[in-house]
Amino acid sequence: MTESSPATAALPAALWCDRCGESVAAGPHPACEAARAWEPPRWCASCRRRMKVQVVPTGWSAVCVEHGERRG
Amino acid sequence: MPEILDQARERVLGNGVGLDEAGVLAVLNLPDEHLPAALQLAHEVRMRWCGPEVEVEGIISLKTGGCPEDCHFCSQSGLFTSPVRSVWLDIPALVEAAKQTAATGATEFCIVAAVRGPDARLMKQMREGVAAIRAAVDIQVAASLGMLTKEQVDELVEMGVHRYNHNLETCRSYFPNVVTTHSWEERWETLRMVRESGMEVCCGGILGLGETVEQRAEFAAQLAELDPHEVPLNFLNPRPGTPLGDRPVVEGKDALRAIAAFRLAMPRTILRYAGGRELTLGDLGTRDGLLGGINAVIVGNYLTTLGRPATADLKLLEDLKMPVKALSATL
Ligand code: SF4
Ligand SMILES: [Zn+2]
Ligand SMILES: [Zn+2]
Repeated sequence: MTESSPATAALPAALWCDRCGESVAAGPHPACEAARAWEPPRWCASCRRRMKVQVVPTGWSAVCVEHGERRG
Repeated sequence: MPEILDQARERVLGNGVGLDEAGVLAVLNLPDEHLPAALQLAHEVRMRWCGPEVEVEGIISLKTGGCPEDCHFCSQSGLFTSPVRSVWLDIPALVEAAKQTAATGATEFCIVAAVRGPDARLMKQMREGVAAIRAAVDIQVAASLGMLTKEQVDELVEMGVHRYNHNLETCRSYFPNVVTTHSWEERWETLRMVRESGMEVCCGGILGLGETVEQRAEFAAQLAELDPHEVPLNFLNPRPGTPLGDRPVVEGKDALRAIAAFRLAMPRTILRYAGGRELTLGDLGTRDGLLGGINAVIVGNYLTTLGRPATADLKLLEDLKMPVKALSATL
């Protein structure tokens, strides 16, 4: 899956893992990155809010109320 | 050649009579060196009793998450700390998903909702959604909305829903270990009403929930007794936050043994690859399964997880010289 850029511009740098919602301050999570090949993001990487995610046969969209929509 | 495969050749391939529970168990217990022979026989059975066509389907989540039930494998239960949030799909997006599914050559589009059973809001959304799809897209509509009342069954028939999915998930003896908020028998009752209504029955489950090999055989026998039109076979994709989130995925060879065994239990059913195959089987195993009894696929993404792009599966079917079942053949 290729991901398009977020709908809102100038996102803060990723602070949180978008799969497990834990901090990525100490570096990315390889297991989560591998798992993300087969799942959409669930957590906003900027603010750690749980996103509203809709999966459709050909893609997905994930919305954070604060940081807008991502699509893949 | 193991005795069970000789017996199956005569009984299942020759006479079209599925293996019983003991026979299924013998296939599930075959050592690795006999797995290719089991898959080959299952493939011959599929070709003889179903033909070379593969039924292609897309699925869509109309209402995601927030389910009151506690199926221990499910990221959509509202009772676990799963990160999946509740969300509804609107009708234009539903129709668009049906269009995209039809564009792959799929003949089936299954609308799914994470609910115990439909309420008035969901039935209204279904009525509008199915009508909008039927007006705009050439595809058969199926549904999976949990447990139904007789009135709801009749309403779905009226809407033009031609097939209803309701998985038993696992065998009767193991079910209470996986779900405590409703019973296997309640699921069976919905399936009975669906069958009586004339809708096609789609019923399968998930392997890798912690059931024993004996319980896998029990499950195949119980499905064979139900005799569904279609059996979707999922392999557990352990979801974070669910009680089964730390379980290992099913070994590829065990998954292939199960595919062969389920085909030998149900020679005429549509045996569909559903979720989890990407993790359990990978590309090579996916091919082996299609040459070992599988004759239907879900293409594209699932409800909350992602699948291979439809083009990858369609290319594989082309390589295997397996034609995609056409809409006219399903009507
Ligand atoms: S009823 Fe369906 S959606 Fe609800 S928890 Fe069980 S499997 Fe998940
Ligand atoms: Zn992580
Ligand atoms: Zn955010």
